[in-house]
Parts: sequence; structure tokens; C-alpha cells
Amino acid sequence: MGVFAPLLQKWGNPGNMGVCVACFGRDIAGALGLHRAAVVQYLRPEIMGFVFGSLIAAYAFKEFKPRVGSAPIVRFVLGFFAMVGALVFLGCPWRALLRLAGGDLNAVLGLLGLAAGIGIGVVFLRMGYSLERSRRTYTAVGWILPVIMLVLLVLRVTEFSFTADGPIFFSAEGPGSMYAPLAISLAVGMGIGFLAQRTRFCTMGAIRDLMLMRDPHLFWGVLSFAGAALVMNLLLGQFKLGFEGQPVAHTNYLWNFGGMVLAGLAFALAGGCPGRQVFLSGEGDCDAAVFVIGMIIGAAFAHNFGLASSPTGLGPWGPAAVIVGLIVCVVFGLTMRQTTD
Amino acid sequence: MSNQVVDARGLSCPQPVILSRDAVKKMGSGGTVEVLVDAATSRDNVRRAAENQGCTVDVQDEGDGFRVTIKK
Repeated sequence: MGVFAPLLQKWGNPGNMGVCVACFGRDIAGALGLHRAAVVQYLRPEIMGFVFGSLIAAYAFKEFKPRVGSAPIVRFVLGFFAMVGALVFLGCPWRALLRLAGGDLNAVLGLLGLAAGIGIGVVFLRMGYSLERSRRTYTAVGWILPVIMLVLLVLRVTEFSFTADGPIFFSAEGPGSMYAPLAISLAVGMGIGFLAQRTRFCTMGAIRDLMLMRDPHLFWGVLSFAGAALVMNLLLGQFKLGFEGQPVAHTNYLWNFGGMVLAGLAFALAGGCPGRQVFLSGEGDCDAAVFVIGMIIGAAFAHNFGLASSPTGLGPWGPAAVIVGLIVCVVFGLTMRQTTD
Repeated sequence: MSNQVVDARGLSCPQPVILSRDAVKKMGSGGTVEVLVDAATSRDNVRRAAENQGCTVDVQDEGDGFRVTIKK
């Protein structure tokens, strides 16, 4: 993934955005017309590829297990606020690492915020936080999100227009207009999805397991991702060190940090970073699928309600939304506890 | 010496590991903890955590889940 993310950027994706689950979810929301930020509207095939790749790996290794019922509405809200936090920072944990690997020092604040948010989540986990059990369900239920992704892929391939002026929307300028060729995006997405299902790659889990259990297993994977991306960026001439003038980024230190505190906490309470939630959706975890849908709706709200940041700075309501999101997450963490099992 | 069963089926990460680690900490020498999980990820995580705690681990595939037996 660390190798292919900078290559996707080379092949057309936006700066330091070879892969980003938050940005790409936001672009999908825009393409569907759920928000009207004209510069970030594109049906990103990478996201569909992640789900398909994970689905194929899960079936190939007999790990496709349709399951549902572990507090779906909580996961929806966590996905919603995770996306709000990520869009105040401008990136998911993957993109935070890719931004750092591209020399964007603002990402340091984001990553520190991410670790702080996960740290708060670890405290809640130690206090017995639990979203309770999921249970097995019908195979068809496990296929719902993959089929939705298939429909989105068909809409992307056909560039279907439902009315004279859309949707489906495709940005004419801005990050949404920058993309690698469809087949490459899809193939790389599927490859990443396949491998990530096998390796359980999770940026949140990497930091959480270090804090909770001193277990560096996942952390080595994350370090190698960032290291490979750094080497690739140096080779491709995409490395530029500094705070100012970084692609699709702003320089507000406090809210780069604060946005990712919220995102990190929401990921920790939901049990996975956005990428991991997408991969879990592919192997039949319908609660993770609800989180993913929550993220897409969160992205729509973030742009419609002036919460999301842009390269020019914060959205007018971004900080307020982060504070509200933090309060909601803390209430979840304190009230959803099992002291005995 | 104690034998304990931890039913972690349906719980998402990292709860199976937290429950099994807590049970292993309470377990005396010669004791056994059996952890029931229904996902391969949980199986691997529980096994790795127990091995890091210096335990021996045996895994049985029970069709719709796994029984991870941890001994110290």
C-alpha cells in the first residue's frame, strides 16, 4: 500500500491522497449529490476495490462471516463524527501518514491528535466499554454493502446521469477532478483490500495495541506503510518538507490536532480505522458497514453545514462540531460499559 | 490452579483479548483458560497476546468458531 499510494498520486490522484478513506468517502457523497461542494465529487473506485478485494480474500480463506447487531446506530454515529473529525483535519489516518511521507508537517499534529483520541478510547476500553455482541446473520445481509459498492461502480463506469444536470456529479476542477485511470484505481484498491483482509491492517489498532498491550504487531505494518510511501515519494519527486503550501491541507495547528482527537476516539470506540471498517464490511461485518454509511453521511453533513476544512482554512462550524462530537463520544464511552460479562 | 471459560463470541476487537488477558492474569500456575471466539482475527489476537504472556496455546476449529485453550 505504501508503494502504490504515491503511484496512484503519480497516475492522477490528488496530492498526498493516493488513498484516503475519508476523502474518498467524501468524494462519493459529493458524486451522489449528498453535498454540493463542486470540487470534491467523484465516485472513487478505490473504495469499491477495497470492499471487493476483502470480499474475495474472505471467501478464498473461508473467513466470510455475515454478522450484525452490535449497536448499529452507535456505529453510525461514530462513523458520522469520525468523518467530521477527519474532514476538519483533512484526511483519515492513512492520509495523515501519506501527508507526513510527503513532507507535510501539519500531519504531525494530526497524528498526535489521533494517538490522543485513541488513548482516550483505551481508557474507556479498560473501564469495560463494549458495544456488546454481534450475531450471525444471513449471507445475503453480508452482501448488502458489497452490492451497493457494485452499483456505485456501475454508475462510475457508465457515468450515468439521473437528470439533465446530474447526479452523478463529476468535479470539473479541484481534488475531485484528479483521479488515476479507473481500471488502475480499481485494481490497486482490490489488491489493497485483499492484502489488508489477510493482514488485518489497521492504523487505529496499531496505536491501540501498543498502548493497551505493548503489542507492536500491527504497528510494524503501519511503519512499513509510511516508510514505503516516504521512499516512493522521494523517488517520484513528490516530497516537499514544511507546513505551508501543502496539497489539500491547512495550517491550523490546534484543529489539525483536535479534529483527529475526535476521529481517533471514534475509531477506537468503533474498533477500527476507516480502512479497517471498509475491509470488515467486505468480510460480512454489517456493523462495520453501518459505520461506513455513517461516514458517507457525515461527509455530506460536513460539507453542507460548513464543518469541513479546505486548503484555505477551517469551516465556520468545524471546531464546534468537533466539540459536540467529542461530547457524544465521551457519553458513549461512559455509558456503554459492561463491568461483568 | 483454575479452569475458566471466556465466551468472547460476537465481541469486536480488542474485547476478546482484554477478557482473555484478564483471565490469564487471574489464572494460577497449572491453570487453564478456554476462550471461545468466532472470528479468525480474534483467534489470532488472543493467541498472540497469550504467547506474549508466556503461555502455551492450543486452537481448535469448531466449525462456526474457535476454542483457544491457554495454559501456563
